[in-house]
Amino acid sequence: MKNNNEKGTTYFNPYFGGVMLGLILLATFYITGRGLGASGAAKSTVVAAVDRVAPKHAEESAYYSKFISDDLHPMNTWLVFEVIGVLAGAFLSGALAGRLKFKTEHNPKITTRRRLIFAAIGGVFFGVGSQIARGCTSGAALSGAAVLSLGGFITMMAIFGSAYAFAYIFRKLWI
Amino acid sequence: MGPLIPLDIIPEQWNNVIAVIIGMAFGFIMEGSGFSSSRKIVGLFYGYDFTVLRVFFTATVTTAIGLYYFSYLGWIDMSLVYIHPTYLTAAIVGGLIMGVGFVAGGYCPGTSLIGAAIGRIDGMVFTLGLMIGIFFFSEGFSIFEGLYNGGFMGYITITEYFNISSQLFIFLFTVVAVAAFYFTTLIRRRVKQVNY
Repeated sequence: MKNNNEKGTTYFNPYFGGVMLGLILLATFYITGRGLGASGAAKSTVVAAVDRVAPKHAEESAYYSKFISDDLHPMNTWLVFEVIGVLAGAFLSGALAGRLKFKTEHNPKITTRRRLIFAAIGGVFFGVGSQIARGCTSGAALSGAAVLSLGGFITMMAIFGSAYAFAYIFRKLWI
Repeated sequence: MGPLIPLDIIPEQWNNVIAVIIGMAFGFIMEGSGFSSSRKIVGLFYGYDFTVLRVFFTATVTTAIGLYYFSYLGWIDMSLVYIHPTYLTAAIVGGLIMGVGFVAGGYCPGTSLIGAAIGRIDGMVFTLGLMIGIFFFSEGFSIFEGLYNGGFMGYITITEYFNISSQLFIFLFTVVAVAAFYFTTLIRRRVKQVNY
């Protein structure tokens, strides 16, 4: 069930991890009728922050206003609660496996600074792309493809296809 | 009979409690599978580690088979299950932009949170960038609006679109996944290994 990698830290066998993840996603659909997600919680955070700082601007905006209602706080969404769980679950797994440590993981050929700049740029791209496609790798690609959504499959292929297409440009960051 | 909450078999008030529990299981398995490590994730794009492909495909196939079995056995009403809507241009353009973010940042939104949870600073910075990107999109919504609503085709599945049986499609998808597992093993042996 365990799989060794070079640094001695042990991860689950990927097929075991895949089946477990699949069963969790199946349970999610069976219980709630919807799939998993991640970028939606980041969106709720942004909406809540803008609504707090500039409530008038948020109400007048065609996008933020979609996610603001009078009776519920913008953070009161299923995905925000799910992500709180994700952070706790990942922390627990990291703690049990001895992986808890503040560090920036990067190719030794590049500086920490460079890695962090590109991490930020990558995040910005993912932020814009996930809003256009109405979901990220979790919500659109994984949960979408699992229910055979046409859009889910298209987004999945577009994400991975584009990453392969641009891999050459960013190769010095990684190899 | 499911889905349980839409059918009120489990009261709606439990929804957020269930969200936390499901999230914990999701985070635990993702971290345990190595999704907290950006260098491991990106291995997929350079051929030195195919963990993401194995986990992702296995999970998709497992859920799809499970859901359609549940449906066949009458345990779940698929008409009450949320099908991610298809906006053709939005799905393609959004996906292309996300792909650049993936290979530049080394994470996707879910995995960056998982990295951040165990102290990976690159994961935290990616998450911050993610929120800035969402902020850009929201502020510039008038520019993106046409794209966002582009090519709406409804809440359609790939099998409805191509008019083939879901069971056959899932079977073929499983075969493709198994073939991909095999061929990526061969590729990995040929590619120069990266120590991380």
